[in-house]
Amino acid sequence: MSAGRWAGAALVALLAAGPFLPLGGMREYVLHVMVQIFVWSFIGGAWALMGRFRLVSLGHGAFLGLGAYTATLLWNFYGLTPWLGGVAAVVLTAVVAVVVAYPCSRFQVVGHYFALVTLAVGEVVRLLIIAERNWTGGSLGVSLKPAGRDSLFAMQFADKRVFYYAGLVLWLLGLWVWLRVDRSMARSAMEAIGEDETAAASVGIHVTRFKIGITVLSASLTAVGGVAYAQYISYVNPDTLAGIGVSLRIVFAVVLGGMYSLLGPTVGTALTIALAEYLRIVFGLRFIGMAETIYGLLLILFIIFLPAGIYGSLRDLVLRLWNPPARAAAKA
Amino acid sequence: MIDPIFLAEAAINGIMLGGILALLALGLNLIFGVIDIVWIAYVDLVMVCMYVLYFLVQVYGWPFWLGALATVAFGAVLGVGVHLLIISPILASPPVNQLLATGGLLFFLQSFATFLWTTDHKSVRFALPSWELGGIFFPATRLIPFAISIVAVIGLYVFLTRTYMGTAIRAVSQDREAMALMGASPQRIYLVTSAVGGLMAGLAGALLTFQYSVHPFFGNQFGPLTFMICVLGGLGNMVGAFVASFVMSEIISVAGVVWSTEMGYVIAFVVFIVMMFVRPAGILTRRQ
Repeated sequence: MSAGRWAGAALVALLAAGPFLPLGGMREYVLHVMVQIFVWSFIGGAWALMGRFRLVSLGHGAFLGLGAYTATLLWNFYGLTPWLGGVAAVVLTAVVAVVVAYPCSRFQVVGHYFALVTLAVGEVVRLLIIAERNWTGGSLGVSLKPAGRDSLFAMQFADKRVFYYAGLVLWLLGLWVWLRVDRSMARSAMEAIGEDETAAASVGIHVTRFKIGITVLSASLTAVGGVAYAQYISYVNPDTLAGIGVSLRIVFAVVLGGMYSLLGPTVGTALTIALAEYLRIVFGLRFIGMAETIYGLLLILFIIFLPAGIYGSLRDLVLRLWNPPARAAAKA
Repeated sequence: MIDPIFLAEAAINGIMLGGILALLALGLNLIFGVIDIVWIAYVDLVMVCMYVLYFLVQVYGWPFWLGALATVAFGAVLGVGVHLLIISPILASPPVNQLLATGGLLFFLQSFATFLWTTDHKSVRFALPSWELGGIFFPATRLIPFAISIVAVIGLYVFLTRTYMGTAIRAVSQDREAMALMGASPQRIYLVTSAVGGLMAGLAGALLTFQYSVHPFFGNQFGPLTFMICVLGGLGNMVGAFVASFVMSEIISVAGVVWSTEMGYVIAFVVFIVMMFVRPAGILTRRQ
């Protein structure tokens, strides 16, 4: 895998040098798109931590919205720095994740049922945000109170490069967490649980503990992503950050890229954002909805023909072409 | 303090809403119970049917009853189409993938509707009377859909219990493998089930047109609610879904008047989540 490692190092070096490449007048725009890709890939990766073990959550919008709104409202009303507000957001989200995950694993709510319960949770958060319109701004959303100048305390910067590097670090952090989980005992345990809970429990795996653990990890990272996104856009809205729409969007990007591989969520997110931006530039405002129409079609086609996602399927193909004997031996 | 007359009106409105929710929930539950796949996009199919009816009546000037019949037929065709194009290739896939494929359909329908028809609300105009009884109003736009949906629910019940095909459908939902061994073709039964499910979607669309204007994100309003009713009532359990529809619609309607519309939905969803935990045996009995 040393070739892969070299490619990875080269990619990171290229991304680190990104803001200094000569892009002319396009620079601000390219940076903006890249920040979005970093943040949403991070969120997608957080979702995939659960999704790959057959814990399909259709309610990650709940965690995203909780994270974004907690930090934003604490800053707007109490002037609490988003660094601490972010911690509060993660703690709150983790508590909610436990409240959801504990009964779910205690009563073996899995598969369809788990998806529908999480979907309900996502809608509850979205509707609560809308209902508490006096201080959340309701469905109009709320803007982050401006700090007036560049401020590390307020996590607000005029220069997009700061957010670019922050996004890059966040994204790498997400990949690191993914790798840690991938190489841990927890992965084997979770895979066993995903296959057959009763059998897993019978060989001594603490099913409830592992499930809650992975859910809390996934939800907390999603909340971090929500805080980061809110700080960058400096505006939060219940429909873009909570509820079924954004939850499905996260799932969709991950499935498109492939949820069983390290870079799958990133590839999927980059593709969906690139497609949306491309269609927006080509068609302008004439073809509103076209990008999502194509997403939807692609999602259906992918589920039918390439269930491992673009990146997953391509990687399998490359691996098969490169070392067929090793693969044949592994199969035998 | 809220005037009791408002509460009574809210309760009655809840019953009326429950009739239509029951129609939605039974259609989805039938598919869920027989084919074992959640059509996440089910209410978005209803949305498409509502657009069809809008165009037939409001744009092309068909009489309403004819447009409604055509919409119901269109719904059945839509159901068969969804089954043939999307569901049947992934019948053997893991449940997650099946869920996501219909999620893709949801994306597709909502955004294609946005693309074709913009996000403007479109409604079919009615001039129907309203009756008053003891200070409570009974508008025909609520009574007629309620009456028709109850008749349709009874019709579905008769179809499932009194006809050969209905019996076969119920048999498949009980044991797929055994039914195939008895010589019944599951494929054909799946097709009929999808057609009936789509037909219910078309009918629900036609009835919802009485009270609601249609827009591309109409499905988000009723979709999550419909899944929850199905799960609350028990998968494939028609009576359960029927009762659950009225429980949920009463909560939404009454809490909506006492508190606020959003809080009505929040309370209904919280009740759903809690019910999933406190009554797992009643709700989860059909899970493998």
